[in-house]
Amino acid sequence: MATTNQNAGAPGAIISVRELRRRFGRQQVLNGVNLDCPTGQITTIVGPSGCGKTVLLKHLNLLLRPDSGTIVIDGVDVTALGGRLQNDVREKFGMLFQAGALFDSMTVFDNVAFPLVELTRMGKPEIADRVGEVLAAVGLKGMERKFPSEMSGGMQKRAALARALIRRPKILMLDEPTTGLDPTRTHQIHELVRGTQRQFGLTAVMVSHDVPAVFEFSDRIAFMHQGRMALNGTVAEVRAANNENFELFLAGRASGIDEPLAAAAR
Amino acid sequence: MIERLGAFVIDRVAALGAFVIFLAEALFYLAAPPYKPRLAIRQLRSIGAESFFLVGLIGLFTGMVLGLQGYNTLSRFGSEGALGTVVALVLVRELGPVLAALMVTARAGSAMAAELGSMQATEQIDALSVMAINPVQYLVSPRVLAGIVSFPLLTGLFDVIGIWGGWAVGVGLMGAPNGPFFNGIKQNMGPHDIAIGLYKALVFGVVVMWVCCYKGYNARRMATGVSRATTEAVVLSSVLILVWDYFLTSVLL
Ligand SMILES: Nc1ncnc2c1ncn2[C@@H]1O[C@H](COP(=O)(O)OP(=O)(O)OP(=O)(O)O)[C@@H](O)[C@H]1O
Ligand SMILES: [Mg+2]
Repeated sequence: MATTNQNAGAPGAIISVRELRRRFGRQQVLNGVNLDCPTGQITTIVGPSGCGKTVLLKHLNLLLRPDSGTIVIDGVDVTALGGRLQNDVREKFGMLFQAGALFDSMTVFDNVAFPLVELTRMGKPEIADRVGEVLAAVGLKGMERKFPSEMSGGMQKRAALARALIRRPKILMLDEPTTGLDPTRTHQIHELVRGTQRQFGLTAVMVSHDVPAVFEFSDRIAFMHQGRMALNGTVAEVRAANNENFELFLAGRASGIDEPLAAAAR
Repeated sequence: MIERLGAFVIDRVAALGAFVIFLAEALFYLAAPPYKPRLAIRQLRSIGAESFFLVGLIGLFTGMVLGLQGYNTLSRFGSEGALGTVVALVLVRELGPVLAALMVTARAGSAMAAELGSMQATEQIDALSVMAINPVQYLVSPRVLAGIVSFPLLTGLFDVIGIWGGWAVGVGLMGAPNGPFFNGIKQNMGPHDIAIGLYKALVFGVVVMWVCCYKGYNARRMATGVSRATTEAVVLSSVLILVWDYFLTSVLL
């Protein structure tokens, strides 16, 4: 399929976001976001809590619509897509929601198997094999019969990650995959995403607060500040950038979130 | 002031539009592939089969009280022989469809609004969307279909058990004549009466599923959002059942 139309976005970028704006009531959450995620790389979005990372991710997977701006995914302008065409794009996604969003009336096995059962013609034994494999990879072997409410938050998150990975998506979107996990598990999850990316060449867009680990693990980092990307580049570029707000954020004194807290403390 | 009023009106009209589109979408996706009969069967079980006992019980007591009241009233005019006709017509044309619908609303409709509401609150509906599964087709269409199938069946059950209840009390307990009870029903109740009852049940089935799914599906993302959706679903369903019943009766009579 020819992808060289005027909508193709930046060359080599499977996701291209241009001047994305979105407001909720009076709050301008996205204020001209530009972001390119190169094919086959891991891009991590960092930024203070409440700055709009989740909102941005929900624009990428078409759950929310922008007020203006464009999003090009795999050569298709998805900004105003609907119906079947929208689903064709979404077939390429695996998404881990910040709160997991597991189906709470189903067991872990049924949750992870769900995309295969509903969207493929795969037979039962094959599905069982795949699910077993992925559950082992996220360290949940033996938990197949449990319901989400019977597991810890970290286990739910890993089950949700397994569900996001099960169809070997082209684009993996992860909203804080490691928040609430211990350091060993965090490392394991990072290795798993890295390994899948190497094996299947997937592109990952991740939101994370695990700042030191993010530098080790990502190819690119985008720093979100006041509704736009204050920084966006390879890990080395971002390290060398000397952006004042980013330095403050790393030092744990990001402007924008401290003020109301400080005001409340006074 | 005028501006506020205008905004309010536009808001209401938009909400009504969304409500109508919701049903249109559910019916459209009922006809569109992929077909997942097992989803509808699961709903049939929880809406239809699990309401069987409750609807039968309410039908029995409704029929029994009709037998009692009907006998007391009719005996004042010395026309106890009309008891069967009265009980059957009231049940089949009116009380069967309405009470069965109200019972299913209370039992299954509220549960459905709460279930969909909590799925909305915990982003499970968003998760379906992102997986390229249409949530209306997956969650709402099977429920609407199950409503269309199960409401007439439950109403039929209600009617039959109700008539037997009326017979047991009117004839067995109070001593109304046995022969005229059933002969009267045979002579005075035509296909038209049965059709009206079934037609009402069908309409109520769609209305209840529509309202309960819509309220749950559009619940605000918080615990009070879910409880409010459940309450509104039951109240609006009940009101619509009774209002529609009046208009359907006046049109179909
Ligand atoms: N549906 C919505 N309606 C109104 N405001 C919203 C909505 N969703 C998000 N917001 C607002 O948008 C802002 C960004 O929210 P978002 O969830 O994207 O933050 P975040 O960067 O993911 O934070 P965190 O790191 O804590 O997850 C918040 O201030 C929030 O109040
Ligand atoms: Mg977030």
